[in-house]
Amino acid sequence: MLNEPYKLEAINLDVYYGQVKAIRNATLQFLPNKVHALIGPSGCGKSTFLRIFNRMNDLIKAARIAGRVLLDGQDVYAKNMDVTELRRKVGMVFQKSNPFPKTIYENVAYGLRINGSMANKAELDARVEQSLKDAALWDEVKAVLHKNALELSGGQQQRLCIARALAIKPEILLMDEPASALDPISTGKIEELIYELKQRYTIVIVTHNMQQAARISDFTGFFLLGELVEYGKTAEIFTQPQDKRTEGYITGRFG
Amino acid sequence: MKFKTKLSRLSPNTVQKIAFAGLLAATSLVLLPVLLLMAVLIGKGVTALSWTFLTDIPRDGMRSGGIYPVIVGTCWLVGGTIAIALPLGVAAAIYLTEYARRNFLTWTIKLAIVNLAGVPSIVYGLFGLGLFVMLLRCGVSMLSGSLTLAILVLPIIITSSQEALASVPQSYREASLALGATRWQTIWHCVLPNALPGIMTGAILAIGRAAGETAPILFTAAAFYLPHLPNSVFDPVMALPYHLYVIATQIPNIGQDIRYATALVLVAMVLGMSFFAIIIRWHYRKKRC
Amino acid sequence: MSTKYGKLARHIGEFVIEKMIFLSGLITIAMVGLIFLFLLKESSSLFDTVTLAEFLGGTHWYPISDPPQFGVVALLTGSAWVTLGAMVIAMPLGIACAVYIAEVAPPFVREYLKLTVELLAAIPSVVFGFVGIVTIVPLVRSIFGLPTGLTGMAGSMVLAFMAMPTLVSIAEDSIRAVPSTYKEASLALGATEWQTLMRVIVPAASPGIAAAVMLALGRVIGETMAVMMVTGNAAVIPSGLLQPMRTLTATIAAEMGETVHHSDHYFALFAIGALLFLITFVINCLSNLFVTNVKKS
Ligand SMILES: Nc1ncnc2c1ncn2[C@@H]1O[C@H](COP(=O)(O)OP(=O)(O)O)[C@@H](O)[C@H]1O
Ligand SMILES: [Mg+2]
Repeated sequence: MLNEPYKLEAINLDVYYGQVKAIRNATLQFLPNKVHALIGPSGCGKSTFLRIFNRMNDLIKAARIAGRVLLDGQDVYAKNMDVTELRRKVGMVFQKSNPFPKTIYENVAYGLRINGSMANKAELDARVEQSLKDAALWDEVKAVLHKNALELSGGQQQRLCIARALAIKPEILLMDEPASALDPISTGKIEELIYELKQRYTIVIVTHNMQQAARISDFTGFFLLGELVEYGKTAEIFTQPQDKRTEGYITGRFG
Repeated sequence: MKFKTKLSRLSPNTVQKIAFAGLLAATSLVLLPVLLLMAVLIGKGVTALSWTFLTDIPRDGMRSGGIYPVIVGTCWLVGGTIAIALPLGVAAAIYLTEYARRNFLTWTIKLAIVNLAGVPSIVYGLFGLGLFVMLLRCGVSMLSGSLTLAILVLPIIITSSQEALASVPQSYREASLALGATRWQTIWHCVLPNALPGIMTGAILAIGRAAGETAPILFTAAAFYLPHLPNSVFDPVMALPYHLYVIATQIPNIGQDIRYATALVLVAMVLGMSFFAIIIRWHYRKKRC
Repeated sequence: MSTKYGKLARHIGEFVIEKMIFLSGLITIAMVGLIFLFLLKESSSLFDTVTLAEFLGGTHWYPISDPPQFGVVALLTGSAWVTLGAMVIAMPLGIACAVYIAEVAPPFVREYLKLTVELLAAIPSVVFGFVGIVTIVPLVRSIFGLPTGLTGMAGSMVLAFMAMPTLVSIAEDSIRAVPSTYKEASLALGATEWQTLMRVIVPAASPGIAAAVMLALGRVIGETMAVMMVTGNAAVIPSGLLQPMRTLTATIAAEMGETVHHSDHYFALFAIGALLFLITFVINCLSNLFVTNVKKS
């Protein structure tokens, strides 16, 4: 089904929280310049699965994995993997927008500053501006770059978090229900943005909103109780699901 | 028995009124003397307080003159204390909140902190005498005193820093780590700046505490009478609390006004610190909401 | 851009910093261990010349007579009397005060009351001693018609005040931590607020109140300067609170300055320190037990 070189893949992946198995034997692949949606009822392991790819699950002491995760064919969990390098390549946007209590400018500059990769102020300014433009936020904030980020609206905060993630030029963008806490207008903006970003990034987005998945994604994976029930082209998943459970969920039986 | 039946005949509301009046009386009995104490200290101390008193050296067997070297000595001692205790305490707090796993070692450290907080201050004095003054040969000196006081205030700094660090939302850490920051970069650029007000509050409380303690410096740093400023950290110093003890109990025929004025300066210093800490806390709490 | 080099430097820096942070965690344990070790080491030399039984059971504390006698019973009794007196005064008043602040006082008054408690906590021990000398000591003398007011009673009264901040603030916290549903349930059954307080809230908060009492007790036993200034410091076994007496802490503070270093007297004072450390350690562990019990339930 997917025969181009994969950007990111998980092979026979199990994830445990202590004794509890949160993901069972999941295998799937993500392609460059495509949007992949992960859907399923809440608690089915979508966030857990997403956080495997940038190793954010390392923060949870009880979490343990078995199986393989590959980025450009390289084992993400290899001993010599530099986790900070990995996270620069694999950006993440969280469900609840989490800007730092700093200025808008400093939020976007944060990843660049800790990296020490910008030679001078002009270069930094340019990158901050570009990132904000990419996140479709520039026009709204260009006059108030030095205002505290927490004064922005919810939708603006989330786009700021996207800009912050884009600033360090990741190759992949993981988004965990980025619009779940937003109003319809902000949600629409984020969806447009995802469509734009797909030209340059590999995008994986978790959503519990099936219409959203159908609107924006090229591929869709359906999780249920930690199991990847079905994965394939979005059009096919939504029109002719192979599995009864997928069909049930999509037609609303699982809510 | 008789009393009881009488009571039970009263209506519950009357009982409540009497009981609440009793509680109010108890509270007044506890807290009014504090205000009274402050009023007396201020009333009697202020009259003896003067510019000369603050800037002159003690004269005439401490019966006249001022307390300049005493004030400066206290500042030096406390400065040294914070310089030692703050980095150590904040680092320990960082270890406990950001790195430590839930294991036996962590449990031991927490127990150690709780117990360190309960050790009597005179025992710190003994410890300082045994370790810093005698064994490490620092002598009765500012250094020994600061080191001893530093251990004394360590639990205050650690606990308040821990609270401050723990109150920084986990989402900030996640955001920073997801941007490829290392753990330390996350702590330094993201967690610590947000915890700073809480850490400052703890540090200021620690300063107040160190400035007011007598027993720990009794045999480690305090000089009975030293009419000039210390020349190095290996010299003993005069310190306000010890000085107050000395003039209150050891020297006969001292004017009461000098005693009151010294007590007032000490209390003003210590309470000034607490007040400052309360203001910082209040300011940032307001800001956070 | 020397990213390779930068990466290595970052890793090394990270490693060094993490180790340093870990070390400072260890230092805190080391301190408690060191304190105890030092007290033990210095006091053990005493027991070359005096037996433990003589030390703990001896009734005479004559450290500079010849031969010296190092019996701590008089000092222990002094500490016990003063502490007992202080707790008898502080417990009812402190708990009543905590209940009032937590449940009865109007909200705007509560903030001021709490501020006053914090004020009390910040006042240095010597200031309490000084104020005790000028107010409580003469008061005790005239009330009880004594030749001197420098007695255990004066010590107990000063210490009762010094115990208040610990007692009141921790007890108040634990009273306020009682879920409001309990209170609502009781009030809904027609109980008055006072009945609710006595039968529901205070019992529910009792482990926390017990912890508060224990912590205050630890503070009282370990208090030095104020006690030394007002109790009269007679090293004889007291038979009541209206006599001059001397506590363990005051003995160390008063005598260490005059001892010859590494003499038996010096060691004996360390032995008293070790005894104090043990007593407060036990009290702390007990109160810690109450606190963790509160957290669990
Ligand atoms: N930190 C954790 N510790 C233990 N169990 C967890 C943790 N995080 C999530 N889980 C469990 O793993 C399962 C999947 O959770 P999650 O990945 O958050 O689901 P989703 O994002 O699909 O709602 C849930 O049953 C949840 O209770
Ligand atoms: Mg989720």
